[in-house]
Amino acid sequence: MRGLFRDIYNNAFEFVRTFGSFQLFFLRLIRHSPRMVLRRPGLVIKQVYNTGALSLVIIMVCGFFVGGVLGLQGYANLARFNAEDSVGTVVALALIKELGPVITALLFAGRAGTALSSEIGLMKATDQLSAMEMMAVNPVRRVLVPRFLGGVISMPFLVAIFTCTGLFGAHVVSVDLLSVDVGAFWQQMQLSVDIDDIREGVIKSIVFGIVASLLAVWEGYNAVPTAEGVGRATTRTVVITAISVLILDFMITAVML
Amino acid sequence: MQQTRSVEIGTGLFVLLGMSALFFMTTQTTGGEKFSASETFEVEASFENVGSLKPRAPVSMSGVTIGRVTGVSFDPVTLEAKVRLIIDSQYDQIPDDSDASILTAGLLGSQYIGLQAGGSETYLEQGSEIYFTQSAIVLENLIGKFLVNSGSGGDE
Repeated sequence: MRGLFRDIYNNAFEFVRTFGSFQLFFLRLIRHSPRMVLRRPGLVIKQVYNTGALSLVIIMVCGFFVGGVLGLQGYANLARFNAEDSVGTVVALALIKELGPVITALLFAGRAGTALSSEIGLMKATDQLSAMEMMAVNPVRRVLVPRFLGGVISMPFLVAIFTCTGLFGAHVVSVDLLSVDVGAFWQQMQLSVDIDDIREGVIKSIVFGIVASLLAVWEGYNAVPTAEGVGRATTRTVVITAISVLILDFMITAVML
Repeated sequence: MQQTRSVEIGTGLFVLLGMSALFFMTTQTTGGEKFSASETFEVEASFENVGSLKPRAPVSMSGVTIGRVTGVSFDPVTLEAKVRLIIDSQYDQIPDDSDASILTAGLLGSQYIGLQAGGSETYLEQGSEIYFTQSAIVLENLIGKFLVNSGSGGDE
């Protein structure tokens, strides 16, 4: 019995400690960020390419099909009320406010987050980070900050591209295949989508971008430097990012409503 | 060097694509009845009941949006709702005895203010008030009236 309590106490203590060091890690990245952007923009651009431009294919394909399925479902269910014309509204609001940021963040965790954490974890396992420290190069500044910034910068763009391909997919499905009137599709959308809705989506995409890249970098940096440890860190990146993104999504929506 | 170049080109294309997507979202999916004019004048109108009229609702004349509602408040002295609206300055020849009514766009659409031109020789200007107003139609009142009418009709 006493052993159980001690375990719970130790685990809770460990959790708080990890959480605290996570915050400090975030502050460290933020503190080094402006200098990296100004002094070594090349490194940041390289990471924008790695996390953003290389994720384009998956983002666009998924966006197209998510929009398409929204168009299909929206059409099929709105047709029961003879309200097929509102399908544009339904698709646009769903994509801009919710699905765009959330699904992009989940895909980002799967495509770019895992790449980041396994790369950093492997650098640690093969003592590259220690070697940098030996040469008086700060690995946090040289390796982690550009990767973190690359993710933060690419995320809002990825979300916008996802949303637009989604709208395109919905347009293809509902207007071209199911013959919803093209004028009604766009006009109904424009009547009900407000600039506030887009602001909500953009705020979400910025927050998710920070969270997803921060978690990926953090997990990689704190990976146990073995083959197994790197694998576990990669898994944890996806799991924790998915959980935090969905919880944060609920909280942001509750606040913005 | 070749590799850096392709990275730079890829990143540039990616960011351009992202920006144009953002631009497309903000301009093409929103809007509709957006009203923007650099010079406007403000007028007031009192309504018995404004229904669910909200700030930023359009003000239209003959179906064309010429302004928007900037504020809806309750006047404790006259016990009526006071609506402030701004109208584009280029429409400076609206007769001041024009009639303002609160209408609904479509069956379930949002409410807006429709102006019906009067015949006066003086025009609306900054600070003037629209005297002839017609309240929003509240569905419950309408049903109530209908029920009363059909009830009395049945007695005869």
